[in-house]
Amino acid sequence: MERSEQKEESWEPKILAFLCNWCSYAGADLAGVSRLQYPHNIRVIRIPCSGRMNPAFIVAALRNGIDGVLVSGCHPGDCHYLSGNYFARRKFTVFKSLLEYMGIEEGRVHFSWVSAAEGEKFAQVVREVTEKVKALGPARNYVKERIEVC
Amino acid sequence: MEKIAEQIRKEASRLLDSEEVEVVVGFKKGTIPMVNRPWFARTPEEAKEFHWDGFCNLNLVNYLTKRKGKVAVVAKGCDSRSLVLHFQEHQVTKDQVVILGVPCHGMLDRRKLQRAAGRKEILDVTEKDGSVVLRGKELELVLPREEALQHCCTICEHRNPVIADIVLAPEVEERKTDRFSDIADIEAKEAHERWNFFRRILSTCIRCYACRNACPHCYCPECFVDCSRPQWVGKSQDPDDVFTFHLFRAFHMAGRCTDCGSCERACPMGIPVRLLTRKLEKEIRERWGYEVGLSLEGIPPLATYRPDDPQDFIM
Repeated sequence: MERSEQKEESWEPKILAFLCNWCSYAGADLAGVSRLQYPHNIRVIRIPCSGRMNPAFIVAALRNGIDGVLVSGCHPGDCHYLSGNYFARRKFTVFKSLLEYMGIEEGRVHFSWVSAAEGEKFAQVVREVTEKVKALGPARNYVKERIEVC
Repeated sequence: MEKIAEQIRKEASRLLDSEEVEVVVGFKKGTIPMVNRPWFARTPEEAKEFHWDGFCNLNLVNYLTKRKGKVAVVAKGCDSRSLVLHFQEHQVTKDQVVILGVPCHGMLDRRKLQRAAGRKEILDVTEKDGSVVLRGKELELVLPREEALQHCCTICEHRNPVIADIVLAPEVEERKTDRFSDIADIEAKEAHERWNFFRRILSTCIRCYACRNACPHCYCPECFVDCSRPQWVGKSQDPDDVFTFHLFRAFHMAGRCTDCGSCERACPMGIPVRLLTRKLEKEIRERWGYEVGLSLEGIPPLATYRPDDPQDFIM
């Protein structure tokens, strides 16, 4: 408690982004080469497809001190593997509602569709997510104090 | 009750006699009151031991996962839905199983009965004409059967087996119930209240995994809680680990839980774990109108998609 209060002033959220290889990762790349400005709070992990996303990744992130999670994939109909994002959408729908039902604040976990041509949209999504997570403050509830060995 | 037991014995010995099946799975009277044990009859002689009363609440489908050979199983409404899911998930094939369907009036909750009896030991329970009689030393208590039912039975909407080869009793009347009123109450709370609420109810969890083991649909060869590289959930009783365990256990039941109540019944600490699985059931019913295990043709909701699925939460 004390530790985080001291930090309050200069606190910047840590946000983990899981981006699909074919669309959102390329979208983020485009945002970069287009020299678009977006908050630096984001850390990117590239995944093969949003359908590869295991909800366990999200929980592992939150438990290890990440304040917000973004999962982004191709727009419906654009999936490189044809239907990965459709399955992912159903999975996320259910998982998000369960997470929030169990008391994780709405606004910690976000989902978006960003195509490879949408550099500006990617920057916008990151801005929005950062803003929402900042408004919520640090994720204290669910962080396990001891570090896990893995 | 005795009539149903008689029917089970009759059908079981016929099936075993004609060697139509290798084994019949049903119930045998337990050695202590209010608990019946599963019984695997392999000979007509053993089939005489079959029993039926208000404590046959185990979901016997748990014993059919990956089973080889022909088998007959006694199935209530919820069990039959579990069987349908097992067929859909190829855990056992339809032509391997002879389903002895028993339309169900609801099973009794031994914890409820014990609470009603106070600190006195219940030595015998008899059911008659919609009431339950508890007997013990200095104890004789009559309760209406409806009040002694397990919670999952009071809100059950599929009391007749949805699939059966032989139905052993007359159909019972189906009811429409308010399945999700308690879930809606929790949903109406603030996020931090819900967080505290679940922290509190899960605080007694001893991580015995009885809820997982009792569930017929938890059959992964390696469960996520046993994985060590990567370790998705810590093995301690730390509240965060407990929370994560229950979160994922429930999530793995999404679109698969038939609400047979096995998990809650198995919990030695009396944790209402069905509050999580029923939330998912509600979510799936509201979004996709799907109820688990009603027909073999249905596709489990997370194993399919529609291009126009709702996506209001996606940016």
